Amino acid sequence: MTTIRHHLTEDLILGYAAGTLPEAVNLAVATHVSLCDECRAAVEAHEAVGGSVIERCGTEDMSAGARESALAAIRGPAPEVPAAPTPDAVLPAPLLSYVGKGLSDVKWRSVGMGVKQAILPTSSEATARLLYIPAGVAMPDHSHNGIELTLVLKGAFEDEDGRFARGDIEIADDAVQHTPVADISEDCICLAVTDAPLRFKRLLPRLAQPFLKI
Amino acid sequence: VMARQDKADWITEMRRIRDHADEDAFVTLFDHFAPRVKAFLMRSGADAAMAEECAQEVMVTVWRKAAAFDPSRASVATWIFTIARNKKIDALRKQRRPEPEDLPWGPEAEPDQAEVVELQQESAHLGQAIADLPEKQRDLIEKAFYGELSHSEIAAETGLPLGTIKSRIRLALDRLRHAMERKQ
Ligand SMILES: [Zn+2]
Ligand SMILES: [Zn+2]
Repeated sequence: MTTIRHHLTEDLILGYAAGTLPEAVNLAVATHVSLCDECRAAVEAHEAVGGSVIERCGTEDMSAGARESALAAIRGPAPEVPAAPTPDAVLPAPLLSYVGKGLSDVKWRSVGMGVKQAILPTSSEATARLLYIPAGVAMPDHSHNGIELTLVLKGAFEDEDGRFARGDIEIADDAVQHTPVADISEDCICLAVTDAPLRFKRLLPRLAQPFLKI
Repeated sequence: VMARQDKADWITEMRRIRDHADEDAFVTLFDHFAPRVKAFLMRSGADAAMAEECAQEVMVTVWRKAAAFDPSRASVATWIFTIARNKKIDALRKQRRPEPEDLPWGPEAEPDQAEVVELQQESAHLGQAIADLPEKQRDLIEKAFYGELSHSEIAAETGLPLGTIKSRIRLALDRLRHAMERKQ
């Protein structure tokens, strides 16, 4: 595995451990953590804080029959647990549960310049989509109204903040304006999560924006 | 009663469930954790009826997934917290919870006892470090876990701008980290 250089922020790690982030953001965090042992350890450390919160949060009495009905439930048949997906070379398990068996199941739609996207079915607070960027293609120069997370799954891209390869996550907010360019050697596949429409700088991409749904 | 509060004991109860489908062990865990999970869920915004139902389901999940509990990676309280958190997302927010891919290792592997002891001691130190925090900082950490933090409500409630709160959380977590390092 290549070394991951761009990691999650403390806010994202805490929010994921606490369970307070939108589903699409959770998906990006779970995918990064699947590829990054360092952030996995950080998430588990924050979950340990959650364990202390459970121990400290006080108690609310359960009703008289609660224990008996829990016992009845454990004696009953357990619901079938779906088998873990077969590992995929490009899409880690959390993404597979939104896509299917592998990359070939992704329902790509062309958005021009050879770029393709597939919007994943998450709750509406934020949008998650897979992006397919042909080798050497530049995304339109843009800034952001909210947060934008871009996690590389295949290939690499480069922008004003550096180079991002498999497992690396770029976290852009209102302060960032950038022009990501895919590596010339290989097509790039990313998971992009946004919580507000991007602001495109040039006229042409702005016209394309409603069509892109970003 | 005090012996039952010992963290190491919870692991024994979990093993009894896993290896012998021991209902007495389940009752012991249920009596301790179900009222805490219910309190956690009510504080997170569930009404009493929903919190009670979810707390029951959380404990049933503890029984069914007992084989997946790994005491070298989490305390029983931490593991139950993650199940309760996922139940909260499912029941209160009606969302799926994407989980990381499992670490690849054999299902039979019994974790190394020294690692188990170390992790459980660390968890106990963390609990103590949180208990020792100034109340204000402890409060902020707890609010983050009840989903009361990251929004403007907190700023309105405390009269503090959000940036200040975020940096206080960071400060609190840094303090925790240092407290843990000192105890290592
Ligand atoms: Zn990382
Ligand atoms: Zn961007």
